[in-house]
Order: sequence, then structure tokens, then C-alpha cells
Amino acid sequence: MSESTARPTVTVGLSSCGIAAGAGRVMETFREEIKKRGLDVALRRTGCVGMCYNEPIVDVELPGRPKATYGGVKHDAVARIIEDHIVGGEPVEDLLVRAEDRELPDESYYAPQVRVVLRNAGVIDPESIDEYIEVGGYEALKKVVTSMSPEDVIEVMKASGLRGRGGAGFPTGVKWELTKKQPEGKKYVIVNADEGDPGAFMDRSILEGDPHAVLEGLAICAFTVGADEGYFYVRAEYPLAVKRLRIAIRQATERGFLGDDILGSGFKLTLHIKEGAGAFVCGEETALIASIEGKRGMPRLRPPYPSVSGLWDRPTNNNNVETYANVPWIIRNGPEKYAALGTETSKGSKVFALAGKVQRGGLVEVPMGITIREIVEDIGGGVPEGREFKAVQMGGPSGGCLSKEHWDLPIDYESLTKTGAIVGSGGMVVMDDSNCMVDIARFFLQFTQDESCGKCTFCRIGTKRMLEILDRITAGDGREGDIELLEELGTKIISSSLCGLGQSAPNPVLTTIRYFRDEYEAHINEKRCPAHSCKALIKYEIDPEKCVGCTLCARVCPTGAAKGEKKEPHTIEQELCTKCDACRKACKFDAITVT
Amino acid sequence: MLQQVQDEIGWLPKEVLERIGERAGVPAAQVFGVASFYSQFRLKPVGKYVIKVCHGTACHVQGAGAITEALMDELGVEDGGTTEDGLFTLESVACLGCCSLAPVMMIEDRTFGRLTPDEARDIVQIVREHGIDESVAGGGGNG
Repeated sequence: MSESTARPTVTVGLSSCGIAAGAGRVMETFREEIKKRGLDVALRRTGCVGMCYNEPIVDVELPGRPKATYGGVKHDAVARIIEDHIVGGEPVEDLLVRAEDRELPDESYYAPQVRVVLRNAGVIDPESIDEYIEVGGYEALKKVVTSMSPEDVIEVMKASGLRGRGGAGFPTGVKWELTKKQPEGKKYVIVNADEGDPGAFMDRSILEGDPHAVLEGLAICAFTVGADEGYFYVRAEYPLAVKRLRIAIRQATERGFLGDDILGSGFKLTLHIKEGAGAFVCGEETALIASIEGKRGMPRLRPPYPSVSGLWDRPTNNNNVETYANVPWIIRNGPEKYAALGTETSKGSKVFALAGKVQRGGLVEVPMGITIREIVEDIGGGVPEGREFKAVQMGGPSGGCLSKEHWDLPIDYESLTKTGAIVGSGGMVVMDDSNCMVDIARFFLQFTQDESCGKCTFCRIGTKRMLEILDRITAGDGREGDIELLEELGTKIISSSLCGLGQSAPNPVLTTIRYFRDEYEAHINEKRCPAHSCKALIKYEIDPEKCVGCTLCARVCPTGAAKGEKKEPHTIEQELCTKCDACRKACKFDAITVT
Repeated sequence: MLQQVQDEIGWLPKEVLERIGERAGVPAAQVFGVASFYSQFRLKPVGKYVIKVCHGTACHVQGAGAITEALMDELGVEDGGTTEDGLFTLESVACLGCCSLAPVMMIEDRTFGRLTPDEARDIVQIVREHGIDESVAGGGGNG
């Protein structure tokens, strides 16, 4: 930012996760302190920079000095940062996570990453169109409407190799061409921001951090396919994303990037925001369209594809948030530069939401073809101390769990599909040895079972039966033949369901059976949960050798199951024990074992 | 239309669905079909504060189940239930999208992250006594 060179600048990351970690209060405290001391400091807001494990994050820039980034900033640290750094000129070392002039451990989080989609997230103020324009925003749209034909744009998109980032990976240029080729007349463009996969939050971060990039990509698409009206379908669970999107649409209309005569070219585009109402299946494009039309969001048979007959039976182009956010970058930097990233069939970069049992979780953007090891270990810093990596779940409820044997698998559409998992929208949830794979499979199936719209019999009833079997297995009542029955049901649901939800719902179960069959067998045959996670199959006991009789466990036990005399080894009465884990957490002598 | 009505009055009584059907010229059954399809629409009244406990993947592996259990115990309601004083409704929701802060819960527009079951209880107690504005433990608002 140009103003940052003139006077000291403080930038606070205010996305949903930052705010949840307390960034709102940090911002307030900075405002108060700056005012109280009468300092000349610019206080800015930005989106998510991706280092979610370090939230709240604050950047400090002094004129002519390298930028310093602080992590884990609590409101009570604000005074110190102002005193030592802004007034005194010396960075507060213990809170520093990144600095332009030195190598800090967290640098390895960024080293393997690239910045295409997230180019502005955590850099610009998402509520300021001026800041977006200052970093080259809307230049791509200008170039397209003033000097390119729709056919030119389609050629560029094809050459870039960009594929739909919502999960299916359909080539974007081909999709646009299909809609473009339909006869002239009313056409629509849609942004699918119904990010429903639990464990995925990249679209939320893009909308919160750089909403204009999505708008610009959408406008370029509308120009190309010949649409004059568009819809953002956003989850209602993302209020901040909706708010920032509304601001962006208003600003872009005021500046002539949207509206009746865009940049004097005669091209028209009106945009609406439609808030979703909490149905996972609406992420499926035909269900999404039905939902915009005000109906129950149920998928229908394709073809016809929405490109031919979509919203109100008109040709409709539908892409997800991340796909559109790539577009302005590709137009400005050229398709060759984008295609240089990634692998032979999967070009460019992909944003992954890294979460679960990793030391450094957050939003990471990496070139396609990177390995799971690089993401989990190099970027994520591996699983927490003392635990062992077991699996990574890719692609949400439609995806699958991969084990250590896939450590060096390059992540692209084709190689992941071969394993039974998918790139999907990009959720990556890491699991360690304390997570039970049967329980994880049950968790996902419960989700898809709940969200099945009920149209196809196999999806509606088949998932229910599978869930009952999994419930039985985790409750210790598994029977011989259950694994085979799950496999049979799973295969049949996949082949007999209309939409992506049913066709992929059994994936979490089938992949965990494929790679962690021994865990299923331990539950069924030995009535044992190897991860000590399924409550029905575990037992809490006190090691008399280690117990000193401090009575702490007896005091925290909510049911009176843990008991004993002072200074004598305690015991746990199994009938009363609810396996709440309170005693084990409280014990200072490691005397409580779970078997 | 259903979303606007619910924003106004908090839930969708049967009479309202019938009225919407009349106004829109579609059978009430069809309106009910849409309202019952989406989890956002409530066909029962809710408490003043709706506590949404995230049960996304990341929250699940970090122990969201224990948070819900603790709150069920603290409030004396089942998951989905409303307390007798009409103050709280406890809900389990799909991913709130703050996975790196898991486990997470949301009360009104405030998100509370990296929770333990005891912290969840404390937050509810503070809200019960002081209302949402006093409970500064989590972040909230829009900065």
C-alpha cells in the first residue's frame, strides 16, 4: 500500500476465524491506544492470510522498515506492540511469526505455497474497492470488454487448463463454450458459494478476503457466455461473506464495473445474492438452481446440463467461488503462466483447508501435484507432539480417507480418483492415532444420510442401512459379514443414485474399509477399538503402581465411579463409569489407562 | 419470502405458511414442503439465544461431541431443545467454517473457538446472567 510508506501502518486480519479468535477486540484496543497516545498511525483491516493457527494476526509496517507479522495477538499485547515497536522501533520478538528481514520457523509454512487465488487475501482491505484497484483489480475485465472477443476468452481459459474447483474438475473453458454456443437470448451466470463440506472453508475465506476478485471473474464469464444476470448462491452460515459481497457489488456498480453499460462497452450485468437455507445437496448444480427458483433443492437428471437448460430453463453457467477467483489472474498474467503450475492434466494451483490434528492448520494454496507429505508435514508441521499420523480425509463427505501409504502421492484429479478419494472442494482433515476410522466413516455417513434429499431410493434407504451397521459396529455389536455387507450396499448406492451426493456418499466408508480394514475387524471380531475412541469398547482403569491416592480423580468424577481412600490406590467402578475422560485428564501421575 | 418472514418473527407458524401459500398462489402443502426441506427454517419457536455447536469434521475429531454433551447437561435440554425459560435453544449444525479453531460454537453472531466442555459451560452461564454483550471471551460482531 502506498500510504504505508508514509506513516506507520497496523493491519489486523478480520475474517471469521480471526474474529472468533478475538481479532475484533484487538482492533478496538489498537484504535483506543492509538487515539489515547495521539499517534499518527494508519489502522487497516484485511482478510484471512491463511495462517489460521496463529490468529489473531497483526501486521506492523514502519516507513522504510521491513514488515513484521505478529501471531496469537491478544488484546493485552497491543500496548506492548505500540510501545516497543511503533514508538520504540524494536519488534516484539516473542510474538513475531514472520518478518521480511529474517528467517523464522513459520516461514516453512509458506515456502511450498503459491499465491494465485489468495493473491490479495490478507493483503488488501476487502471492503475497499480502491485497494483492489490499486493491486491491479478490474484490469482483466477492462482488457476483456475493450479488446477481446468471447471466443478469445474461451481460448485463454482452455489454454490455462483451469478445471472446476468445486470438486468435479470439469474444464472451465469447455463449460463456458457450451453456454456461449447456445442460441442468443436470456442467459444466466451463477456462483456456487454453497460451501457445505464440513472441514472446508476456502470459499468463505476468498469471499471474506477478496470479494472483488470473484465479482470480476464472474463479470468476465458473463461477458463471454452472453449473460446479463447473475446469482451468488451463498450459505446463510457465512454472514460476514454475504456482508462483504454486498459491499463489493454496491461499490462495483458505482464505479461502472457492473450495471447497464460496463466500462462504456454496452455490456450489461445485474447481480443478486441468494442466501442458502441449509441444505447440503444444494451444492449440486441442478439442486442449487431449483433452490434459486424457490423450490425444494432436489437434483434432477442430467442431461440437459445447465449450460443448455438451467435457471428458469435458460442456458446457465455455474462455477464455484475459487474457479471464478482464478479468472482475472489468468487474463492478466496469461494462460501459459498458470499452466506452468501443476501437473500434465491438473494445471494451476489449488487452495486446501488444512485442519484437524496438525500443528499449523489454515488455508494453504499449493501447486497441483504437491504430495500429501509436503502439505501435512512441511506446511502443516505434522501431527501434535507424541502422536502418530494415521490418515488424511480429503474431499469431505464425498471423499475418502488416505493412509500413510499415500504419503508421497501427488495431489491431482486423476491420481486421487484412483485411490477412491477426490480433490473435491479441498478440505483436508488430518487424523492421528487417537481417531477411530470406523467412527470417522460413521460420522460422514451420518452427515450424508441426514442430507440425502430422499429422491433416490438407494441413497435414502441404503445410507440409512449402512449407518445402522456402522452404529452397531461402534457399539460393539458388529457381526461377521458386516464389512462385506457395507461394501455391497456402498457399491449399489454409487451405481443407483442420480446426483453426486449419492454417488459419493459411500466413499468414506469404502476407503476406510480399503485402507483400514484391520480396524473394522478389531471392532467386530475382538470387540476392541484400536484408537480407544469408541466408548462402548473401552475401559478406564487405574494403575495401582502409579496411583498415589491423591483423590483428584474421585473429586472430578461426575458419577462417583472413581473412588478410594486417601493415599491408597483408587479404583473405577465399571458399572458407574460413563467414560467421560475427566479422571484421565485430571490425573497428574498418568495412572489412568484406557484399554 | 420464507427467509424474510423468519428473520422477522424467528420461526414459521403453520398459519404463516398457509398465508404465504395464498399470497403466492401455491398450495400450502408445497410451501410446507419447501420449509421442511431446508434446515434453516424452523417450524417450532426457539429461545432468545440459539447456541449452534459446530459438528463439522474438524470439530468432530477435536471433540465437538463432548461440547454438546456438556451443554445438554448445563441447560437440561436435549440437542435441538429449548430451555423452559425460553432463553436458550441448543442446536448441532454442520460446519461453521472456522475449522482451525475447532471445536467451535456460535451464539448469535459471536463465534467461540478452541473450546473445552468447561469453557462452553462458563460461556453459557455468563450469557445467562449478563446477556451476550458482557461475554467478551469470544470475538464477535464485525470488528
